[in-house]
Amino acid sequence: MKREVLEGSKKDNCLSGKSIITLFFENSTRTRLSFELASKYLGATAANIAASGSSVAKGETLIDTAKTIDQMAADVIIIRHSSSGAPHLISNYTNASIVNAGDGMNEHPTQALLDFMTMQEKKGGFQGLRVAIVGDVKHSRVARSNVYGLKKLGADVVLGGPATLMPADIEQLGVKAYTDIDRAIEGADVVMGLRIQLERQKKGLFPSVREYHKYFGINEERLKLAAPDAIVMHPGPVNRGVELSAAVIDGDRSVIGEQVTNGVCVRMAVLNLLAGK
Amino acid sequence: MRLLIKNGHIIDPKNGVDEVRDLLIADGVILSAGKNLADEDAQVLDASGKIVAPGLIDLHVHFREPGYEYKEDIETGSKAAAKGGVTTVVCMPNTKPVIDNGALVQYVMNRGREIGLTNVLTCGCISKGQQSGELSEIGELKAAGAVGISDDGRPVLSPSLMKKALEYAQMFDMPILSHSEDLDLVDGGSMNEGYMSTYLGLRGIPKSAESVAVSRDVLLAEETGGRLHVCHVSTKNAIEAIRNAKKRGAKITAETAPHYFSLTDRACDGFNTNAKMNPPLRDDEDVQAVITALADGTIDAIATDHAPHHFDEKELEFDQALNGIVGLETSLGVGVTYLVKTGKLTLSQLIEKMSVNPASILGIDKGTLGEGKPADIVIFDCENPYKVCVHEFESKGKNSPYDGFELYGKVKTTILGGKIVYQED
Ligand SMILES: [Zn+2]
Repeated sequence: MKREVLEGSKKDNCLSGKSIITLFFENSTRTRLSFELASKYLGATAANIAASGSSVAKGETLIDTAKTIDQMAADVIIIRHSSSGAPHLISNYTNASIVNAGDGMNEHPTQALLDFMTMQEKKGGFQGLRVAIVGDVKHSRVARSNVYGLKKLGADVVLGGPATLMPADIEQLGVKAYTDIDRAIEGADVVMGLRIQLERQKKGLFPSVREYHKYFGINEERLKLAAPDAIVMHPGPVNRGVELSAAVIDGDRSVIGEQVTNGVCVRMAVLNLLAGK
Repeated sequence: MRLLIKNGHIIDPKNGVDEVRDLLIADGVILSAGKNLADEDAQVLDASGKIVAPGLIDLHVHFREPGYEYKEDIETGSKAAAKGGVTTVVCMPNTKPVIDNGALVQYVMNRGREIGLTNVLTCGCISKGQQSGELSEIGELKAAGAVGISDDGRPVLSPSLMKKALEYAQMFDMPILSHSEDLDLVDGGSMNEGYMSTYLGLRGIPKSAESVAVSRDVLLAEETGGRLHVCHVSTKNAIEAIRNAKKRGAKITAETAPHYFSLTDRACDGFNTNAKMNPPLRDDEDVQAVITALADGTIDAIATDHAPHHFDEKELEFDQALNGIVGLETSLGVGVTYLVKTGKLTLSQLIEKMSVNPASILGIDKGTLGEGKPADIVIFDCENPYKVCVHEFESKGKNSPYDGFELYGKVKTTILGGKIVYQED
């Protein structure tokens, strides 16, 4: 599928006649676009429901919204929601396949799959691979999905970030967690930054962007601690100069652009598995 | 009308009775207890192989009337109580409107009497409108029949208001039933903070949200000499604070709920909103601490925090679903199964926690099978397990985490003032 995407021969049509709905309760340009393109490249009929501008804003419950879409014979519903477990909830009420495009702080499975695809391409496998995930682990569904998947694939996962942004008892998931991010990055084959939401500062979880970048930002100096051929990843969108320095984002170790391409490919594969003939 | 209960195993901790006896009831009171009693006029109830104990007293229920009758009303709540062997309940005043005046206290108690399936008592509010602003008219609440004051559902936000309430309520001999919670520490959390909240990606409520607030309130009780009853205790450190303050002589009592000694936050797995309540289910360490505190007397009572909700209020995203579970129809079963069958408490101790001590906390002449006392009695089976099915509940609320559980301690008969108000068919 990646070949199809890259070579521009994008009309596979294996999902022609299938309808795929993206139901997004949170703003997201890139994930939604990625799913919509994946649907269209496979020939499916894709429609989008944004939470504002629909009955969702009029007090309809999530279950009722999902049931309504289901009644219209959707084959796949792709949902993003700010409440953890929302996809799980609607899956009990629909015949359509449900794809989780990010739920609260819980999971973002297709992001993790595209990350794995990128790691596989760049590193050739997962056994003994050391992956450092750095930043706001507490609020990150990307981090959780990566941890679950990478552990299953046999990688070593280390986490780094400020104590106020590290979830309780995270090491029980079989990972190491450091508040000194130099220790997290040390010897890493993959260094993944996580997006910091600037609103967290107002809640007192870190004092300033300046201090955040100083102690927890990934810059070229810190990157020297990683393996010599380490790659740098980020789920995007990046706050330049906060999670990653500009030089790191644009540097030759960064695979952030390829992650985006792989995102479309992975989502095509997921949709094909769920709805393909 | 006379009733003769034959051959039951009588557990009457108040009078030190723990043996097979007959019990004769006449005109709503207990006439005599002894072996081989006979009475030609009496209806005979065979209680062979069953436990006969004073009716349960539940210090903490939400009957939702007035205002939220779609969740529960005093009639369905009373039926649930009768089916659960509960002969006295204390309603929490967070209804709509809240019960912060004498007229509403009387309304609730009158409705309870009309229905006549359980003794319906009520708390009034600590603060007007439960707004943590001014004290409600505690003297009037007392005069109308309220048995205590509580802002349950919400904590008293201001420490100085709590201090004044403890001082003022003393004059009327009114205990304060405190929902002690630090909302600032809760900070939008929806389950216990720990491995499970991390695993489910849900915002955690730290244990300190309870222990900090309980510590504040027990210190205020100690300083004022006021009577504080701490509701639904769930954490080890809150228990420690209560234990220490009791040792120093503060007038403190405490309750826990069946779910805090039988379940942990693992029950939330799969985003199970029937395991969502406030305070939230904790972890193994806290469950152990609650059981220890029940055994050593730090926790005096077991109350259900019976909190019925409509299906639609629970079948939601976990963080949106309302807090609370029903408990009246499972409390005895959970107590027998998780405390008695496991050897943590004797049956007699369990009845102390569920009847004798609640009566003394309220200062009412119940929780005893002594001669001349009101014949509020529960007869239950400790030998044969049964399966919980929420669809058989009398309560309008089916929001229970125990659906499908196998429990011991099924209620066979409930007697209120000498009248059979529930009989298993
Ligand atoms: Zn409460």
